[in-house]
Order: sequence, then structure tokens, then C-alpha cells
Amino acid sequence: MRHRLKRAGLDGRIAAADTRGAAWALSHYGGKAHKLGNQDEDITSLPVAALRLNTKVDTALQRLGLRKISDLAALPRKTIARRFGPEVLLRLDQAIGEKNENISPLKDAPHYGVRMTLPDPIGLHTDVMAGTERLLIRLCDKLKTQYMGARMLQLSLRRVDQGTQQVELRLAVPMRDAARMLPLFERGVSEVDAGYGIDQIRLEAIQVEPLPHEQITYNTTARPEGLDDLITRIGNRIGLDNIQRFLPADSHIPERSFQIASAAYSDPEEIWPGTRPRPLRIFTPESIAGGGPQPPVQFRWRRMSLTTGRATGPERIAPEWWLSDDTWHTGIRDYWHIETREGRRLWLFYTPQKPGWFVHGEFA
Amino acid sequence: MIVLCLHLVDKQHNSSGKLTECNDAVFVYDRVMSNLDSYFPLQNGRTHEAYGPAAHAFAFSLAGHLCRSTDKTILWIRQAWASEHINPVGFSQYFPPQCLLLAQANTHLDALATAEEALRDGSITLVVIELSQPIGLTEGRRLQLAAKEGNTMGLCVLPEGMGSNAAQTRWCCSPVFNATSQATGSTLQRWEIIKNK
Repeated sequence: MRHRLKRAGLDGRIAAADTRGAAWALSHYGGKAHKLGNQDEDITSLPVAALRLNTKVDTALQRLGLRKISDLAALPRKTIARRFGPEVLLRLDQAIGEKNENISPLKDAPHYGVRMTLPDPIGLHTDVMAGTERLLIRLCDKLKTQYMGARMLQLSLRRVDQGTQQVELRLAVPMRDAARMLPLFERGVSEVDAGYGIDQIRLEAIQVEPLPHEQITYNTTARPEGLDDLITRIGNRIGLDNIQRFLPADSHIPERSFQIASAAYSDPEEIWPGTRPRPLRIFTPESIAGGGPQPPVQFRWRRMSLTTGRATGPERIAPEWWLSDDTWHTGIRDYWHIETREGRRLWLFYTPQKPGWFVHGEFA
Repeated sequence: MIVLCLHLVDKQHNSSGKLTECNDAVFVYDRVMSNLDSYFPLQNGRTHEAYGPAAHAFAFSLAGHLCRSTDKTILWIRQAWASEHINPVGFSQYFPPQCLLLAQANTHLDALATAEEALRDGSITLVVIELSQPIGLTEGRRLQLAAKEGNTMGLCVLPEGMGSNAAQTRWCCSPVFNATSQATGSTLQRWEIIKNK
């Protein structure tokens, strides 16, 4: 172990003893030279701090001249308990081995994987799906006992020629319903090249999320299951993060008044702030010719000659100085709602601090 | 609530009607061209096309109408590289933005495949597909079949002249300047129906 640590570039101190307390003491205060086996002498010659005491108790003991564990052990137990409380004695007993100390090791994380080995290789789509169904049922039972739901699944198909084909499935919601999950594998499995046949199928839930039972009440809004499945299916083609929804954001900057979040990992929010009319479409500001703070009477935009019919504004929007944003380096903007005689209704802005006119969006 | 003033033109039947003060859900108009309800909202289970500068307004009006009547989600498929973004604060006057899901497709083919999948599924009421490349007859027909199967409406928003013959209707939408209206923020639209199967 020491060699392995050294190889990893770590300097480790290792001690073995009969009790956990003694091992801790030896590894922290024993120095490198101790030998295994004769722990009794070793531990008694160590300072009292080796008993895993807090610094306050440690200092108090040292002030009394009790520097070593042997000094402490020589004192009558009653005095120690009265003076320093039961903790010192407990630690001492644990180190010497008179009181046992429970060790509760961390539990292994449950492994959500199942596999099936086939006596004869299979190659038909229906056969593979049937195999997947059996594995899914087993996996879902396992998930159910742990109150978990799968978010990402991987189906590995081992072929006779040792090649492995993998089908990944990312789900829009955590799920453990085999009947609903099976059709979602359809597309991935149909793309698999079975070669000479498949003789082992492994199914593993790579990502799992807690999925507790939900109480169903009269006002429970049922999540549209069909929609989640659709998001999963589309997401496996174009990427689950590319299915998005809009969330309101607290900002008066038009580009930042909303957020785009992945639909699979967010919930819809219902409250949208009512603001002044905003354009249906926004784009990166496009510069147009124009001078002065009043909107231009005639201008050219996207190779179109437009005449201002009615202008409403200005509405001043200041940049958020607490966020650095390169697109707002021109400072404050005066927004105008321009209705052109040609029909198009544009959202123009003027930057008084660095004179210039830009088109930022288009209304209905 | 947005007030939409409409000027509806049917080129095929040589008729036109001036629609004023339409409250988006209830359309009121001066001269009866034919019943607007026979045109709008568009026929379900089919895909339609819209082009022109106000095609987005057309799409949002349609989406708002369907969102209110069916209470289902709308899927908006856009091409990930497009610089123009739809603004939820802007279209929140047509329908609540939480009813809309956005799908960013990296390629033209992905956009069409996503649309087909969503149309076939039926858990979505309207699939809007923003495209910049022409749709072939095969692709158009596939979308049409998928829409029929899922009983979903599809709307392709594309540049002029890039539609496919498989579309049920094609609309040319342009905004019109309303000089008479004193109120700011006129919304007069001219929707021409170019093609109607």
C-alpha cells in the first residue's frame, strides 16, 4: 500500500494495530519507525493528543503534566471522569481495546445492471426487443425496491465475434415503467448491426434519480406522459438538451428577460411579467444609417427601403452594469417602435452615448 | 390580449374581405368573403405553409388559437444556427409561453425528422417548423401522412417559393400599415391564401 501511494506521488503514514483508536494514534503520532505487533508499549509512549481528543481537553491535560498516554492511564479512572468528562476515558478504552468501537463502512452504491447470456446467437429485431423487455422488467423491479428511476440507460449487445454494439437512451423524466420504456428502445435497436448474431445482452442504468411514490389526490395534475415520451424520442435524435423551454428571468434587458432551459430538466413556470410590448422576434442588432436622437424618416434595412409611418417611443433601457455584456458596451439605448409605411413593424434603438441606430427586432 | 386586424384575401376564389378589430379568438369583419371559420383555424390533421414577413405572426395567432382551444403543447422547431430568435416576452400576448417547447435542430433533415415524429405522436397540438431550405415533395408528403396519423396540425414557416406541393394550404402573410388607426401599435395584417387543396 505504501508503495502504491508513493507511486501516486502521495506521502502516506500507515499503521496497523489491534484497535481502531490505536491505529489512528500510531499513524498520526507514531512516526515511521514503529513495528507491527507491540502496540501496547508504542501507544502508551505517545502524547495524549493521539487519543482523538479535542484540542481543549488536550491542552488541559498537558497543563496538568499528563503528556503521555501512560501518565493518563496511571491516574485513577474516577478522577479523570470527574475532571474531564466521560469522553477521555472512552477514547482511552477504545484505544487500548477495552471497549469495542463499531465500524460502519460505507455501503456500496447499488448497481443497476442486468444481463442475459443466450445459448444461441440471435439476430432478429423482435428477438432483441424481447430480450430487452425481459431485462427491463428485471431492472425496473430493482429500481422499484430502491425507489429510483432511470434517467439514462445503456444497452450493450455483445456479438458472437466479440464486437459490442451499444444503444443509449436518455429519458426526459426518471422512469421505472418497463412497458413505457420498451418502445423508446425501438429506434436505437433498429440501428444495431447484429452481424453473425448477438449472444449477450446487458442493460445498465447509468444515471438514476430518486423517484419516490407520489400520492395521488383529486388535484394532482397528471403530467402528460405522452409528451415526456415524445421528448425522449426526439431527444435521442437531436439531443435531449436541444429540447428546450422558456423560463421567465428577472431582467429588463430584452435578451435576458427570458431563459432557455432544457425541457427534460426543468419545470414550466407560469408567471410571466407583463411588460411593454416586445417584438415577436429578436436578432443581433443590425446597424442602419441614421443620425440624431429622432428616428430616421427613411432608412434601408436588409436591402429594403423603408419609410417611417409612425414612431412610438423612446423607451430607455440602461445596461445592467453589474454584468459585463459585450453587446451592451454602447451604453444606454432608446428603443422606438417604428411602423413603416411598407408594413413592417420594427424595434429600433438609438445609442445616445455612441450615436448610432440599430434594428433589434420585429413585431407582428 | 392582442387585437389583430385582418385583411383576408382568397386568390383562388377572387374574393377578399376586410377584417377589422379581431380579438384573435373572435373574428369580426365588414364584408363577408366567405366564412372565415372555413379557413382559420386551419384544417387539423394536415400540414400548412406560411411565408412572408408576417408569417411568424400568423404562426403565433394560430398557436394561440389552438393553445386555448385544446390546452395542449406547441412544438416550435427551429434551426439551431439561425440568428433570429422568437421572444417569449413578445408572444406571451398570444398564449402563455409555458405552452411552447422549443426544439433546436442541427440540420434540415433533423428538423424534418423531429417534425414527423412530433406530428405522428399526437400529444402536441401544433408543430411549427421554421425552415430555410426547400421541402421536397416526398418530405412534404411524409409530413402530411404523419399529421394525419397523429391528428396534429403542422405549419411550415419558410421563405417564399420553398414550399412543397403536398401542403394543404399556403399563406402569404404581410403586415400592412394602418394609417387610419390613431392607436399606436397597429396590427393590421394581410393574409393571402395562395393555395388551398
